Amino acid sequence: MTAATQPRAIEIVEHCQSLFEDLDFNAVKQWKAAVPGRKAIGYMPVYVPREIVHAAGMLPVGILGGGDSLEVIQGDAYYQSYICRIPRSTIELGLTGRLDCLDGMLFPSICDVIRNLSGMWQILFKDKYVRYFDVPQNYQDAIGGTYYVHELEVLRDGLAALRGKPITDAELNASIRVYNENRAAIRDLYAYRAEKPWQAPTSEVYLLLRAGMVLPPEDHTKLVREYVAEVDKLPRPKRDNARVVINGSFCEQPPLGLIKSIEMAGCYIVDDDFMLVTRWLLDDVPEDGNPLEELSKAFLHRSASTAAKYDEKREDKGQFLLKQVKTGGAEGVIFAAPSFCDPALLERPMLQDVLSKHGVPHTAFKFAENTGQMAPIREQAGTFADSIKLWNAA
Amino acid sequence: MTATAAMPATSKKPQDVQKEDAMWLQKELINRNYMELATARANNRKVSATFVPGNLNELLMCFDFARSLPETNALQNGMRKKSGKFIMDAERDGQSEDVCTYVKADLGMMMGGEIGPTGDPLPKPDVLLLSYTGCFTFMKWFELIRHKYGCETVMLHVPYQGEGRIDPNMRNYVVKQLKETVIPTLERISGVKFDIDRLRQYMRESEKAENDLVRVLQSAKNRPSPIDGYFGAVYYIGPIFTAFRGTPEASQFYSLLRQEIDERVRLGKGPITPDGEMGEEKYRLVTEGPPNWTSFRDFWKMFYDEGAVVVASTYSKVGGLYDFGFRHDADHPLESLADYCLGCYTNLNLPSRIDMICKYIDEYQADGLLINSIKSCNSFSAGQLLILREVEKRTGKPAAFIETDLVDPRYFSAANVKNRLESYFQMIKQKRAAGAAH
Ligand code: SF4
Ligand code: SF4
Repeated sequence: MTAATQPRAIEIVEHCQSLFEDLDFNAVKQWKAAVPGRKAIGYMPVYVPREIVHAAGMLPVGILGGGDSLEVIQGDAYYQSYICRIPRSTIELGLTGRLDCLDGMLFPSICDVIRNLSGMWQILFKDKYVRYFDVPQNYQDAIGGTYYVHELEVLRDGLAALRGKPITDAELNASIRVYNENRAAIRDLYAYRAEKPWQAPTSEVYLLLRAGMVLPPEDHTKLVREYVAEVDKLPRPKRDNARVVINGSFCEQPPLGLIKSIEMAGCYIVDDDFMLVTRWLLDDVPEDGNPLEELSKAFLHRSASTAAKYDEKREDKGQFLLKQVKTGGAEGVIFAAPSFCDPALLERPMLQDVLSKHGVPHTAFKFAENTGQMAPIREQAGTFADSIKLWNAA
Repeated sequence: MTATAAMPATSKKPQDVQKEDAMWLQKELINRNYMELATARANNRKVSATFVPGNLNELLMCFDFARSLPETNALQNGMRKKSGKFIMDAERDGQSEDVCTYVKADLGMMMGGEIGPTGDPLPKPDVLLLSYTGCFTFMKWFELIRHKYGCETVMLHVPYQGEGRIDPNMRNYVVKQLKETVIPTLERISGVKFDIDRLRQYMRESEKAENDLVRVLQSAKNRPSPIDGYFGAVYYIGPIFTAFRGTPEASQFYSLLRQEIDERVRLGKGPITPDGEMGEEKYRLVTEGPPNWTSFRDFWKMFYDEGAVVVASTYSKVGGLYDFGFRHDADHPLESLADYCLGCYTNLNLPSRIDMICKYIDEYQADGLLINSIKSCNSFSAGQLLILREVEKRTGKPAAFIETDLVDPRYFSAANVKNRLESYFQMIKQKRAAGAAH
């Protein structure tokens, strides 16, 4: 089929796929080349306030490791075998010059590995802006909030220094608006997928999210909206698949083949924790207030829950996941965590317990970003899907 | 990740009474704490649990809590060869084989009933003080205990020194949490009103002990070093990193210890090992990373049999960087508690850790760096290979890397470790010979 006769939805997916496969970040390079002086700032999972980077006129670029196509040679010399893959492939990307297009890197507070990687980056890439971005684990405005607003200010000042001029409140509010629109588009995409998972398979939705890691948010919003409109026109068969939520893949990424395997095994993925940065803040951030305070309040009181975040009360544990199950109409949960991922793997038994108490079936496996063998995973997901179907029929 | 171990009994006759006094006192202290925990319920005392790095012992004492330190329990169980079973029990209960074995040793122990390492009852804590310093696993660890046993948890979030310094925003945040969440929660659970003068009093005691500890640790600058700053230091840091900092007993212990070590320096003696006085000092090392507990004695023996002494270790700083000047300050109690938490070794960024190691190599005239990389511990281990390279580059001294685990006996391969160490000592020798030839 030529491009001209290809449905637009498929074109969009193919475009996203090529962005996903491009480990040289040409999209970022092109964006920078279009206007001299433009800067790009990388960030790792799970959350950074991209609004501030955007307000500085810079492109926030999500760095999610090397996936299964990057051959890690140098990176392995930096990590023992019992540490997950994402830091070593990220180091590989850095050492092979693939991240030279980035003027800085943000390392969010997600785990000890990423935290220590921030220090490694300071040593290995001395000429770049590097910041470990800490977020509060105390959710009171006067305590965690005050601390967080200050951290946001430091980031704002750091990026302002990098561009040579202060970042104004008006710029920040404009960027908040841009990201509100992006979040709304993604919310709609997720709602659409939950409603018609056969129309919008997760292997496509995932690629759309990944595109948001390298595209300017304005372009990404348009692309997401267009995909939803276009994909709805395609005749795609509805199957009697089991509806599942994926949990544990918030940092190191499963290979695309793994997502496809789960789907091929008879599962519709109706919610997940991929690229949480795009859905971290759960509703619109006010666009006309004190921007940093509003970002702080949204973080403290209206943000997603993940293993890297403290649950204040025992009763809170698992509630976010249960809600995902309920809103997505899911019949089960698949825990798919990277090997050696402390946050995901320590969180898992608690979540499993909550699910069991609520009668939600679940299964679990581990992966690495370069996992090649999909047969066991497909088999396990297939058995799980069958058991759900049997269970529901009974 | 740290230590309260009873001192090893030496097989040789005691050389002087002071040394015996210090050892006796240390053992008694550790056992007494387990006894206090065992009798807490009978004595109507509430029980707290908290982590070693950034532990707020002085504060917990203000509320009369009996104080348990789960890392220490795991370590003790490791040394007593009980941890292997606990870890497997926890894995059977759904914990992943990939995660920190301290957590699993603790969960496994709790699953086996409320019996502590000494065989005495170890009651379920009334409060988990989650002082979140330098390790994300701490958070999950207490969430897991809370989830299973319903213990109340209070979070003290200690920001990481990502830029290699403590900025006022970080300190204010910690102080505010202490004032507005931690202290009120501890008051409520214990039923005891907070008295800042009581806190000051404890902090004054802490400072005394800290001065003496630093003197002891820095005695390793002498040749021969009168102490082993890693294996031996594990015993020295025991009381101060755990339930005793701030007590007069701890001050007394450190004062005795200091006298004993001063005496060893005066006599030009090397360290005491489980097999008695160490022979000739041949290699002076700096170590990074915690030791292995399940084969602690065998591990140590591989060093002293070869005449290798550790003159400084980063591990002995997980409960405070006293040798770089920090002291608990009774005049600024809460700010000082905040600085304590913020300043522990595990809360330092990688460049600061490298600086510190290079400084030790220089100031303690060490022959090189040995990294014991712990499979369990991402907080320590992620990045250690870069530390190794950087330290070699900056000091020109050889570095070596071994891999073990804290309390999982499955990951201690004695033959491998011994081989590595032997070739490392050879390397140092060759380097010296080459240096001498120039
Ligand atoms: S995959 Fe898990 S352990 Fe590895 S860096 Fe990410 S959060 Fe940390
Ligand atoms: S990961 Fe390391 S620092 Fe954290 S609890 Fe385990 S052993 Fe201690």
